[in-house]
Amino acid sequence: MFWDPRIERMPQKELEEYQERKLKALVHNVYNHSAFYRKRFKEAGINPWDFSGIKDLQKLPFTKKQDLRDNYPFGMFAVPISQIVRFHASSGTTGKPTVVGYTVNDIECWVESLCRGLVSCGVSREDVVQISYGYGLFTGGLGFHYAAERVGATVLPTSAGNTARQIELMKDLKTTVIACTPSYMLYLTEYASKAGVDLKEDTKLRLGIFGAEPWSEETRKRIEEKAGIDAYDVYGTSELSGPLFTECEEKCGVHVWGDHFLIEIIDPETGEQLGEGEKGELVVTTLSKEALPLIRWRTGDITVMEGEKCACGRTHPRIMKILGRSDDMIIVRGVNVFPSQIEHVLMQIPEVGEHYMIILDREENGLDVMTVQVELSENAEVDKVSDLLELEKRIANSLKSVLNVTAKVEVVNPGTLQRFEGKAKRVIDRRKI
Amino acid sequence: MYEDKVIKQLSVFVENKPGRLAAVTEILYREKINIRAFTIAEAGDFGIIRMVVDRTEDAYNSLKKAGFTVTLTRVLGVIVEDEPGGLYRIAKALGDQGINIEYVYAFTYGGDKALIILRVDDIEKAAEILESRGLLYDGST
Repeated sequence: MFWDPRIERMPQKELEEYQERKLKALVHNVYNHSAFYRKRFKEAGINPWDFSGIKDLQKLPFTKKQDLRDNYPFGMFAVPISQIVRFHASSGTTGKPTVVGYTVNDIECWVESLCRGLVSCGVSREDVVQISYGYGLFTGGLGFHYAAERVGATVLPTSAGNTARQIELMKDLKTTVIACTPSYMLYLTEYASKAGVDLKEDTKLRLGIFGAEPWSEETRKRIEEKAGIDAYDVYGTSELSGPLFTECEEKCGVHVWGDHFLIEIIDPETGEQLGEGEKGELVVTTLSKEALPLIRWRTGDITVMEGEKCACGRTHPRIMKILGRSDDMIIVRGVNVFPSQIEHVLMQIPEVGEHYMIILDREENGLDVMTVQVELSENAEVDKVSDLLELEKRIANSLKSVLNVTAKVEVVNPGTLQRFEGKAKRVIDRRKI
Repeated sequence: MYEDKVIKQLSVFVENKPGRLAAVTEILYREKINIRAFTIAEAGDFGIIRMVVDRTEDAYNSLKKAGFTVTLTRVLGVIVEDEPGGLYRIAKALGDQGINIEYVYAFTYGGDKALIILRVDDIEKAAEILESRGLLYDGST
């Protein structure tokens, strides 16, 4: 099923020509209407009239989170406030909050993008969509809300938290689709089973759309098995609008709508563009946004791009699962480690659960020590000490082979590690640097 | 064949942290379950509590419900006179037949006897050897 079949299946050459035209218009637009970009372009010696299109994209300067912070609240807006119909503000988990404004057209573009996504993973007017993302300043709740309503589905706006009530409503109102963070879905599934509710048997839940934090293929498998649903990835950041892009039923990468967004993958260290299939930081240029247009926005998310047309027939480029954030990255003894790599290893070990914590300490001799705490599965065999020591050793060996750095593994009692209802914060860095 | 004499022992995984043992024993206390034999195998950051109780199923279910990882393990119980050589005779009898004892714990019982709990690699054969010597405890008291 398609929401906007003409656009979603637009021949790639045509899509590229469309992007060329929009990019050139964007460069003129920001030069004329954004004091921030005019200054930036002048510093970089860029004259919009000399800009020839996508092949010159690399000449344009990057826009970073720090730019939004430095120009807080309105310094980067390209329209007067009177044209803005809504504000959202980012959670500020990694610094000062940033504010994003939307014109009527910006909201339209956001909602349409997510409508395409919802339909591509099988959501229809027959569905009851429970939105367990936070409503309010966070873009997740309202983003899904408007798109699910436009698709014609029945929206159940539970917002985040109050898990007992979430499960009760899910049963009573026959929720078929849930949207939340993957860590909350794991928590909800565990909570339900403790309360004697089997999501497979006792609810109509068939599909979930999970995002706002990186998650692995193994987590997908666990969610799908435990909850008896199809789990799809959704991508978006508050600066780009909010949740915008999802996987289609092929589950083979997130479709990024090229008519509104132009993507590149770069080496986060050097800023050089990387090719398809190479792992690097996702950089997005917004082709349609009016209030807060962004040129070469550094998302901080590490992924791989795929340009091939998808088996579903959609021609727009795809990004593979987010492997981590360039700023989530932890450096242990000089080695770059992404928490998602650790999650990937743990999920392949049946004796342990899906919750984990990473603790970093620095010993007196200056050496970093990484400890990974993971919960023992409730069904693991626990009679012989040697079996458990062997388990810890097996996990440590798998981590070492993937991360190239030694980790100390501590298996802990089920249910004792912290649970997260919003974005999970699994790294505790106690190093004094 | 000796299934009625095999004892179901509870093994509970616990982190090596203050309060964990209290948490386990509190559950048993609340359920009015009596502990017959008890030991902790300690290994750095965690330990395994092994115990034989009077109502095994109830204890297993209530510990599971509280979120503990619990395993039921088949072990043998042996009653010997509380005197020198008691454990030796058993260990020798089993060793002579090539049976490996994986772990063992013991304590005095009823004033003049000792109860010994054994996990062995071949429980059928071990039960046969011990039964032929009239040592096997059937968990009925």
